[in-house]
Amino acid sequence: MRPVPTALVTHGHSDHARGGHGTTIATPETLAIMAVRYETQAGASPVGYGETRRLPGGVDATFLPAGHVLGSAQILLEHAGERVIVTGDYKRRPDPTCAPFVVTPCDIFVTEATFALPVFRHPPVEQEIAKLLAARAANPERCVLVGAYALGKAQRVIAELRRAGYREPIWLHGALERMCRLYEEFGIDLGDLRLVADAGKADLAGQIVLCPPGALNDRWSRRLPDPITAMASGWMRVRQRAVQRNVELPLVISDHADWDELTETITQVNPAETWITHGREDALLRWCELHQRRARALALSGYEDEDD
Amino acid sequence: MERFAALLDALIYTRSRNAKLKLISDYLRSTPDPDRGWALAALTDGLDFPAVKGGTIRNLMMERVDPILFQLSRDYVGDTAETASLLWPEPEGAKDPPSVAEAVDALSHMTRLSAMRDLANLLDRLDAPGRFALIKLATGAMRIGISARLAKVAFAQAFDVGIDDVEEYWHGQTAPYRALFGWAALGAPPPHAEDLPLFRPFMLAHPLEETGIDMSAYAAEWKWDGIRVQIVRVGGVTRLYSRSGDDITGTFPEIAEAMDLDAVLDGELLVRGSHQGGETGGAASFNALQQRLGRKTVSKKMLEEFPAFVRLYDILIDQKEDLRPLSWEQRRMALEAFLPKLDPAHFDLSAVIPATSLDELAAIRERARDDAIEGVMLKRRDSPYVPGRKTGLWYKWKRDPLLVDCVLMYAQRGSGKRSSFYSDYTFGCWDGDPDAGAELLPVGKAYFGFTDEELKWLDSHVRRHTVNRFGPVRETDKSLVLEVAFDSVHASKRHKSGVAMRFPRISRIRTDKPAHEADRLDTLRAMIRD
Repeated sequence: MRPVPTALVTHGHSDHARGGHGTTIATPETLAIMAVRYETQAGASPVGYGETRRLPGGVDATFLPAGHVLGSAQILLEHAGERVIVTGDYKRRPDPTCAPFVVTPCDIFVTEATFALPVFRHPPVEQEIAKLLAARAANPERCVLVGAYALGKAQRVIAELRRAGYREPIWLHGALERMCRLYEEFGIDLGDLRLVADAGKADLAGQIVLCPPGALNDRWSRRLPDPITAMASGWMRVRQRAVQRNVELPLVISDHADWDELTETITQVNPAETWITHGREDALLRWCELHQRRARALALSGYEDEDD
Repeated sequence: MERFAALLDALIYTRSRNAKLKLISDYLRSTPDPDRGWALAALTDGLDFPAVKGGTIRNLMMERVDPILFQLSRDYVGDTAETASLLWPEPEGAKDPPSVAEAVDALSHMTRLSAMRDLANLLDRLDAPGRFALIKLATGAMRIGISARLAKVAFAQAFDVGIDDVEEYWHGQTAPYRALFGWAALGAPPPHAEDLPLFRPFMLAHPLEETGIDMSAYAAEWKWDGIRVQIVRVGGVTRLYSRSGDDITGTFPEIAEAMDLDAVLDGELLVRGSHQGGETGGAASFNALQQRLGRKTVSKKMLEEFPAFVRLYDILIDQKEDLRPLSWEQRRMALEAFLPKLDPAHFDLSAVIPATSLDELAAIRERARDDAIEGVMLKRRDSPYVPGRKTGLWYKWKRDPLLVDCVLMYAQRGSGKRSSFYSDYTFGCWDGDPDAGAELLPVGKAYFGFTDEELKWLDSHVRRHTVNRFGPVRETDKSLVLEVAFDSVHASKRHKSGVAMRFPRISRIRTDKPAHEADRLDTLRAMIRD
């Protein structure tokens, strides 16, 4: 992947966004996230949800909410009456930290396929949050350490905990702080957040701590009181994926569409053709075939997938 | 079934042994009969439903899910039971989950044909974790990292009874173990089954650490390197049990056939040869025995090539007479009197080593290395036969370990308490002169032998000297020399280095030694006594 004169960015995850382009067209939230992560804002060109931008060459690009993370967008490209939507990553479930996905008719629908296997059916988020709170309540001497990706997942888990009525401080690994503050700057209330670095071991007993997935089994976690290792990810639906990561408390919370959401979205958007990328293309391609829908798999060059 | 499903899931995600024990014992205490008995049977591999096999599950799925989508899912998930539990179409309306007992009853009445309908009906009444538990229960292969022994220890812990008693009473019982629960949980008299070939827990030895042993009170024997077995014959039925109480009769049919008297004997299972103790020792290396282990059926060729026999250590029961309360000396006399009645091709006696002092024994033990014998045993002459390890009664005195200097090559994260530490080490030796371009070949793997302090040091070394990562494994820059201790080394076709160590452990960290001065493969090969 290399820098280009004009880049359209769906959202701030590093497998979809990199710095160094001439002009970067994205939502203000995504541009703010990119500024934090890549320290480059040269050529930033903000565009709000529902706004259309004429690109060089006469293509119109409209940014529509994708419901994935703060600022995430599907991009509708229109030219000579032909409509193409590139979804980036998306989900269909309500998320207190971002605007919901908007179903928009189009001719070609380029969809992600991260969880495109029929075994992936994410349970209601309330059920997973209740599991987390129950584990905390049952172990007052220990803390629950939740591995959650720094952009999106961490803030959603916090917001869902707050929605469930949890008012205690939530403790953060240092790597999560900046992104949480940015969400707050965009008006998303995350409640009382504190840093693990400022706490003694005893302060953390009976508390909920969030860290990036990579820190779960790392030396960093030795400072915590006998942590219960949890992880918030759609992959946790499969037992061995949780076991491989030494996860004791798997929380199936995903910012991606599950199998039912993917197939339902294709049905609702009802495009003439579906292009599938970014994940398990085979199974979704098979589903399209079984439902007499034209589809093809795109082999896109890209960055490595991040922990969902 | 929901509680059993929750127990399975919790066990899968729990790494610590103690936490697993607590989960199982809490379940056994709080679940009524007969559900807890069936659950226990499932955990100890005590259930078998011939009508339901892996193929049954696949056929059920094929009727409900596109075969290609099933196969793609199965490939990703890696477990048929889990794939099926996740893919099963959620039924409409309220569920009426069956109890474990109801499910077991239904499963045991199924035929291959009716399973397609009746198993589907059961699955329709469960949620995804429940379906997973039911399929695991039905197909019998739990594979959740729980040994039968662990489940029995949990049973003992749940009701505060002795594990030795549990082991002893267990064998005559069948699921759902009402008599066993009646005894342990409700205070009923213990179940009795005198006419069954039961396993009796082994008497074990402590490693010898003290030197103030009065040899007049002890008898010495060779420590043979095979597997410890118990031969039990009651009313014409013979069973061969391994140290963990597993029934291995089928693996060594010639031993069971040769046992023609009712008794319970304790000995070492070996293969004929001249490796241990030379011609007079008459036993092949452990490597030879290994060819016979773990087989369900034994070919004629195997029987001829690796003929097994038992070198007897002790006699526990003669006819109906329980000799265990007697002294070792009295039992030894009974054993010597018993032996001539047995087939000499399959049974002989472990000789007593004449030694009047520990020093004299030490000298004999040293010579044992040339004879490729593991070490010696010391048994108190007045000791009764008691289960487990009791201080002061039996000792094992292994010869000093062999040592070799190896280079650390790879490290892998441990589990449980060690999950943040790189605590499993793969090490190698040079396949020639390192200054002339020789390479390191892995020769073994060890995850103990070091102190907690040394572990911290090694962990930090691995992190600072990583050159490559493969999932949980790191490749290091191969700069650290580790002195590795091991009991013996054997030729091995399965390893690229051509050698396999027994019981390797890290004995010292040699920061003083540069990597190119570590030992070569030739050194290790020269230690082979196969």
